Amino acid sequence: MTEKKDMYEKNKQVSAEAPNQQEEELDSSAPTRTLWGDAWNRLRKNKLAIIAIVWIIFMVILALSADLWVPQTLGKPNAQIYDVRLPMSAKHPFGTDQLGRDVLSRVIYGARISLAVGVLATAISTVIGLVMGAIAAYYGGIWDTIIMRLADIFLAFPYTLFVIAMLAVIGPGIQNVFIAIGILGWPSIARVFRSAILTVKENDYVDAARSMGASDLRIITRHIFPNSVASIVVYATMNIGGAILTESALSYLGMGVVPPDPSWGSLIEAGQTYLSTEPWLMIMPGLAILTTVLAFTLLGDGLRDALDVKMKDA
Amino acid sequence: MTFEKNGEPLLRVEHLTKEFPVESGVFGRRANAKRVHAVEDISFDIYPGETFGLVGESGCGKSTTGRTIMRLHNPTSGKVIFDGKDVAKMKKRELKEMRRNMQYIFQDPQASLNPRMTIGEIVSEPLIIHNVMPDAKKRMDYVRELLDTVGLNPEHINRYPHEFSGGQRQRVGIARAFALHPKLIICDEPVSALDVSIQAQVLNLLSDLQKQFGTAYLFIAHDLSVVQHISDRVAVMYLGHLMEYSDWKTLYDTPYHPYTQSLLSAVPIPDPDVQRSRKRIILRGDPPSPIDPPTGCPFHTRCPIAKDVCSKDVPELREVAPGHFCACHFAEPNPIKTSSVDLGTK
Repeated sequence: MTEKKDMYEKNKQVSAEAPNQQEEELDSSAPTRTLWGDAWNRLRKNKLAIIAIVWIIFMVILALSADLWVPQTLGKPNAQIYDVRLPMSAKHPFGTDQLGRDVLSRVIYGARISLAVGVLATAISTVIGLVMGAIAAYYGGIWDTIIMRLADIFLAFPYTLFVIAMLAVIGPGIQNVFIAIGILGWPSIARVFRSAILTVKENDYVDAARSMGASDLRIITRHIFPNSVASIVVYATMNIGGAILTESALSYLGMGVVPPDPSWGSLIEAGQTYLSTEPWLMIMPGLAILTTVLAFTLLGDGLRDALDVKMKDA
Repeated sequence: MTFEKNGEPLLRVEHLTKEFPVESGVFGRRANAKRVHAVEDISFDIYPGETFGLVGESGCGKSTTGRTIMRLHNPTSGKVIFDGKDVAKMKKRELKEMRRNMQYIFQDPQASLNPRMTIGEIVSEPLIIHNVMPDAKKRMDYVRELLDTVGLNPEHINRYPHEFSGGQRQRVGIARAFALHPKLIICDEPVSALDVSIQAQVLNLLSDLQKQFGTAYLFIAHDLSVVQHISDRVAVMYLGHLMEYSDWKTLYDTPYHPYTQSLLSAVPIPDPDVQRSRKRIILRGDPPSPIDPPTGCPFHTRCPIAKDVCSKDVPELREVAPGHFCACHFAEPNPIKTSSVDLGTK
């Protein structure tokens, strides 16, 4: 026993000198790398992802600063008959709608609700889905059965109908739309995450962490999550688009935003009557949805690649 | 070289049994459901600083034994006494403390290192979990040292596992296992995924580190020559049972158990004359399924000297020579001719 200690001490002494000799070499090595730092470095090299980020930031800034520079009058109904359904012009770049309101202003204000629904509802679904999926997959057994059967029950109902039913219970209004879409979106995320964890869990490095004495929380956050996050990131970004579309359907049915507040969905629904004569009423908010959903999807793709450490050029 | 037992054993495994259910119904497990008898009533002990080799063919329960000792599986019955405490009954907190002194090296270095952590993070993880070195800078210096000790370039601390070769990855696994200076390391086939030339390097590294830190090894392998190279004592497993164990020299020179004899007769000898002329014991058939193991001695279905009693009574492990245990009703020493020319027929 004492011999072992001596060895240990000796080793300590030897190694205490070693770093001095290597100081210069060691300092030349890169600063400590982290998973997320590396991911950002890779993401920066992905042009499409950067364009997507710029677009999303642009939309967010536009939506947040709208009160500062969009003339309020442009969004208000204009009773004068000759201002109704004007084509695109310098004064009204996106034209005006059936009440004479400037469509550009309406689209910019609509971005507030649509972006908020997309991001917040997805955030709620993702958090619930991640926790449920993690519990089901990691603890298995009875937990798995309970959670996954519950998810099956949720998925058995038509999604939009379920959201409407929930809104009927908790009452309409935009906050409740966030909550309803968010809460009801968890089962599919839980499923995706559960299967990702089940794959990752079988790996020896999870057993290695357990044999080191790591806590369940540490194993989930440090080992399982980083290795299964890619599928969730992609799924969540796609889900943002879905949430925006669900909100438009709800607004159309009168369960979402209350007129005259605009959202992209309600603008499309309002414009579809005039599709053959004044197509910009529908096309412009449609383009806003298209580009934003596309941007989130491209960002998701970029993130998935960036989070893969095996990609070169870190 | 024979190992001197000094003092109390570090690890005592007593009648360890591990069964896995193979069927489970919708409404829980049925009482009479079939089970895989992975490990059946095995007992052995490991002394501080020794290397205990565990050999057997694929699926005989070697890895399950290691994992059950580490309590990656809960044992079905039996005791695993490590440092005076029963691992099988430990609570979470005790288990964590125990794992500070018992570490595991995995077979596949590719699978046992988290692909999204740098090797610096991987090696420092046990230190963080047990909060041994709270100071981050000190910790990283220590990790660099460890990498140096196992023969890796400390500058590579920020690289990911996929940027290394198989042998280097296994060295990372070894550095991680040694980070806390454990008393016992369970090596689960640490070299069988590596090239033969790399195997020797890693084995030498393991024995150097053992000399330096006085760590005991439970060395699991299916390669008899690898086990011979590193072990003080060797145990042979078959179908979940411990068939024979002894210090390696006695076991390799005078094996008592017919299974050990046949195993040793299959080891290739790098001398064509000897290889051609020596007597090989060829076993017929395959090992029985561990779901439905034979009654009596697990080996009686393939044993060349089996008699009626073998299919009825399970042979006890008995001491056939000092320190040499064998589980066979009719065990006799049978020195395998390894160097002399023996013109026996097949």
